[in-house]
Amino acid sequence: MLKIDKLNFSYGDLKVLWDIDLEVHAGEIVTVVGSNGAGKSTTLKNISRLVRPTSGTLTFGGADLTRLESHEVVELGVVQVPEGRKIFPEMTVTENLRMGSFIKSARGDREANIERVFTLFPRLRERHKQLGGTMSGGEQQMLAIARGLMTNPKLLLLDEPSLGLAPLLVKSIFETITEINRQGVTVLLVEQNVYQSLRIAHRAYVLETGRVVLTGTGEELLGNEHVRKAFLGM
Amino acid sequence: MIVFLQSLMSGVLIGGVYALIGIGLTIIFGVMRVINFAHGDILMIGMYLTYFLFSVFGIDPFLSVAICIPVMFAFGALTQKFFINRMLGALPQNQILLTIGLGLIMSNTIMLLFTSDYKILTTSYSSGSVDLAGISVSQPLAISFFITAAITAALYWFLMKTDIGQAIRATAQDREAAQLMGINVRWTSILAFGIGSALAGTAGALISPTYYIFPQVGSAFTLKAFVITVLGGMGSIVGATLGGIIIGVTESMSAVYISSGWKEVVVYVLFLLVLLFKPSGLMGTSRM
Ligand SMILES: Nc1ncnc2c1ncn2[C@@H]1O[C@H](COP(=O)(O)OP(=O)(O)OP(=O)(O)O)[C@@H](O)[C@H]1O
Ligand SMILES: [Mg+2]
Repeated sequence: MLKIDKLNFSYGDLKVLWDIDLEVHAGEIVTVVGSNGAGKSTTLKNISRLVRPTSGTLTFGGADLTRLESHEVVELGVVQVPEGRKIFPEMTVTENLRMGSFIKSARGDREANIERVFTLFPRLRERHKQLGGTMSGGEQQMLAIARGLMTNPKLLLLDEPSLGLAPLLVKSIFETITEINRQGVTVLLVEQNVYQSLRIAHRAYVLETGRVVLTGTGEELLGNEHVRKAFLGM
Repeated sequence: MIVFLQSLMSGVLIGGVYALIGIGLTIIFGVMRVINFAHGDILMIGMYLTYFLFSVFGIDPFLSVAICIPVMFAFGALTQKFFINRMLGALPQNQILLTIGLGLIMSNTIMLLFTSDYKILTTSYSSGSVDLAGISVSQPLAISFFITAAITAALYWFLMKTDIGQAIRATAQDREAAQLMGINVRWTSILAFGIGSALAGTAGALISPTYYIFPQVGSAFTLKAFVITVLGGMGSIVGATLGGIIIGVTESMSAVYISSGWKEVVVYVLFLLVLLFKPSGLMGTSRM
């Protein structure tokens, strides 16, 4: 479905991604784990076309992503829920969700999708008139994921959805991601919560200073000596 | 008392037109983070367009608003598409130079076409007055205020209720998040500059029966638009609406109670006070 081949990227003179190879198949949850500054968000930004790769190929369902603009990537069905949520602060919950269904292909399903995300996150229904900027971190994260789902994504890119959430909420966010995947959405999940994401992922990649250093199924990596030492503190 | 009410009323009426100018600048700033230093020159083009339609075809300046809106929208949209969109990622000082340069080209082109003579657009009602609740106000001002109010109301509705209007607000609130929602931000930028130009051009049309028309008239309005926008809070449309009215009333009051030579001074003192005590402007951030 998504295929990244030898992706290289630099911010000016600073090279941050080196020959990244990564693949996501339809129906999977794939996770990319790594510590701060490893290049996880940068990889997602390349997919969403917020930045231009130095070299390498990125394709989705055969379409060459490097030829598209970011809004066209969304129209293809590749939708990112960015790090830090990036809720529209001066818009209500409902207006934020409406912006999720801005693209033509999603407009017809707007009402049905609002109902669907309100069922997934009942808190958002209670808060539907509240301004995005005044919501708590956890509520904003729910809203960000819900807004992403409003676009009818085929592939959902999630950048650190558990960041800054209370432990109980972290658990429920990971359950929700599994649920979303069960409803037919392929997921590429970027996380620093290595244990939780490896548990729900079908496959995983470990990123260190801009290079893929390990890959395997979630279970394999949970048992891997290096992963246990570097990320799980065992 | 009647003098007070009269100057308050005419301040509000002229403030409505100022609001239109300020709203245009603030929409452009909100979406692009670019201060449009050609704003007054775009207003000046609106004045000349109205003058041209009046002197050649005899079209009433208030009717010509209906022509001014689409023409100035297209003018702004094309300016954005061909010039400003290319500079969106550039350094702020380069963007400032670009809009100043565009403004100079506009005023000099108009000077070549119409010479630098002052023009006056005189209609049958230019010096007429109407009676509003016992207060006599200038007729062209009163008409222009009602047109302004209608346009502002339509704009509020558009920005709050339609998908495209919301997409413009979304781009202003978080450009990157808007892109991730599938919003083509180049397109919303073109729309925003088109709308901003249409508003400035319309303001130009509305004041043409009461102001001298000459190629350099724009710079005073650029400054005024900037003051209104900063006063209301950069990027806030509600703020610019309030800011316009406040500036209008301040000018009119100080012309009556101090002297008309001092009204600008009073406006800038007010401006500096707001900057000192509330640097984010009256509204700070707002829904629009
Ligand atoms: N806009 C930028 N300009 C310059 N360098 C940047 C920029 N954004 C990120 N970087 C650098 O690129 C590297 C990779 O950053 P990236 O945000 O992709 O890391 P990450 O894996 O997402 O980290 P985190 O887990 O902290 O979010 C870092 O060294 C970072 O400092
Ligand atoms: Mg990151």
